Amino acid sequence: MSDSSLVSGEALSLVRAYKLRNVRRAALIGIAFLLLAALVVIDVTTGPANLSIWRTIEVIFDRSLATPKEDVIIWQLRLPVAIMAIAVGAMLGVAGAEMQTILNNPLADPFTLGLSSAAGFGAALAIVLGWSVIPGVGGLFVSVNAFIFAMLTSCALFLFTRLRGVTPEAMILVGIAMLFTFNALLAFLQYGASEIQLAQLIFWQLGSLARATWTKVGVCFVILALILPWFMYRSWALTALRMGEDKAAALGVNVGLLRISVLAGVSLLSAVAVSFVGAIAFVGLVGPHIARMIVGEDQRGFLPLSALCGALILSGTSIASKAITPGIVYPIGMITSLIGIPFFILLILGQRKRHWQ
Amino acid sequence: MSALTAENLTFSYGARRIFDGVGFDPIIPGQLTALIGPNAAGKSTLFRLIAGLLKPETGKVHLGDTDLDTLSTRRRLERVCFMPQFFTANAALSVFDVVMMAHKQLKGWRVSENDMIIVGTALQEAGIGHLSEAYVSELSGGQSQMVSVTQALIRKSDVYLFDEPTSALDLRHQLEVLGQIKSAVADRDAIGVVALHDLNLAARFADNLILIGEGRILAQGPPAEVLRADAISNTYGVAIETTIGPREELIVHAYAS
Repeated sequence: MSDSSLVSGEALSLVRAYKLRNVRRAALIGIAFLLLAALVVIDVTTGPANLSIWRTIEVIFDRSLATPKEDVIIWQLRLPVAIMAIAVGAMLGVAGAEMQTILNNPLADPFTLGLSSAAGFGAALAIVLGWSVIPGVGGLFVSVNAFIFAMLTSCALFLFTRLRGVTPEAMILVGIAMLFTFNALLAFLQYGASEIQLAQLIFWQLGSLARATWTKVGVCFVILALILPWFMYRSWALTALRMGEDKAAALGVNVGLLRISVLAGVSLLSAVAVSFVGAIAFVGLVGPHIARMIVGEDQRGFLPLSALCGALILSGTSIASKAITPGIVYPIGMITSLIGIPFFILLILGQRKRHWQ
Repeated sequence: MSALTAENLTFSYGARRIFDGVGFDPIIPGQLTALIGPNAAGKSTLFRLIAGLLKPETGKVHLGDTDLDTLSTRRRLERVCFMPQFFTANAALSVFDVVMMAHKQLKGWRVSENDMIIVGTALQEAGIGHLSEAYVSELSGGQSQMVSVTQALIRKSDVYLFDEPTSALDLRHQLEVLGQIKSAVADRDAIGVVALHDLNLAARFADNLILIGEGRILAQGPPAEVLRADAISNTYGVAIETTIGPREELIVHAYAS
């Protein structure tokens, strides 16, 4: 069949159309990358200091050119925040995309399924009571607590998927039940907390990139570097899963194992993201939906574009949080919800194809 | 190529016993075998046991001299291609994508020129070239069933199991799809088993029939033999008469008894 002289014209035109689509997909991913780079530069430039775009680019590419003031502003203060926005956005985008895939549910994301609330409760235990679920982890115990609680929640969710007759709708309801449970538990902790702890808690919950440090950025990228290639490696299996559990199994996918392992990866991504920057809604939900509308659900395009869309949204939000009122940086969680909801409704209204019925 | 045999298969869903020591005579490669039987007779379950998607309590499935249980699940599913019963997917995946996915069988990230030509040719031969760029979520029931058959036939396996591949198709497509399956099985000298509800289609296309009911294999052999057996009337609970049609084909008539 490789002899092209034997291949019919129709088959060749199908191949051409497919190639064209692949090129288009690659081009879109490239454009998203460029856009992201541009947003990072704008993000670093935005704020009181009157930096010019070109000077910022110069200093980003060659730190030795910076004056001491520029070094502090760009390299120590703003760049970690800008890069953190990208990393967290990508993590939430990927987490949402794969959660929607393995649970076969368009509403699945770390926030709607209660993972964020669980992580928030874990973090609150650390902040208010100083409890560490796993002793001896030192300064990381807030993140570790958040991670453990997110993992427990995802295990509980997974058990529900295994119960016979549980529909996706029921699962979302279980997720919402989790969300309210952990919110209630959180309220208990808040009630008993001191004023300083309370301020810390509320600040944590609103979501902010201001706590970004190069170490945290490093941790985020390490986790992305561990999990993304692995999701990419499983991309055929994940794509097959969207054809239905039966089909995937007939192709040799161990569906149960795939679900558990991807859920573990997704929990790690979202728990780390949430524990570093607080609860950020909508990125994990909207990012994958935009990617799906643009390139469809072949994971080879869907996964990178979900990450990029998440990163773009959060990077844009980071700029907006500084630009709305000069001199004030608003918590980013507020902005994502405010921008996300109308945008999301617009997307739904404008959607031509319905992939979830 | 070697024949497919099963012996002494026992299987239960929880407390409900489906098969108790079931086996069938060797299924010969290059011929099309139809698996017939009433609803809930265990046709899908038998397929799943052969494909290794369900594990029997006792019994073995052999392909030639190979005990299929000795293969890894992955390897077994490469040799045994099972098309599950009719589905509709709601995914934003193009028809070309999903057929490519079946062709690649989860192996290798890269899609070569050759892979694309194979998929393009398969779509064209199956008569669904015009659907190539459509999302599977937009297909009608019949269209997605044809995509499903194409996904199965693009794989190079030793055994093909189709679970009701024509249930959503119109008359012309029923004949076309079964014709495709029959000639693919003959060309590749592979073992082909098709679960069918329509006994006339089974009589027309199958070289052999296997009648399954009450958790047992009730008859196995050429259509003329199996369709005239007493077992068939008893199993379906209807009176069955056969006549010869205008083109010398066997026609099955069912009457409420």
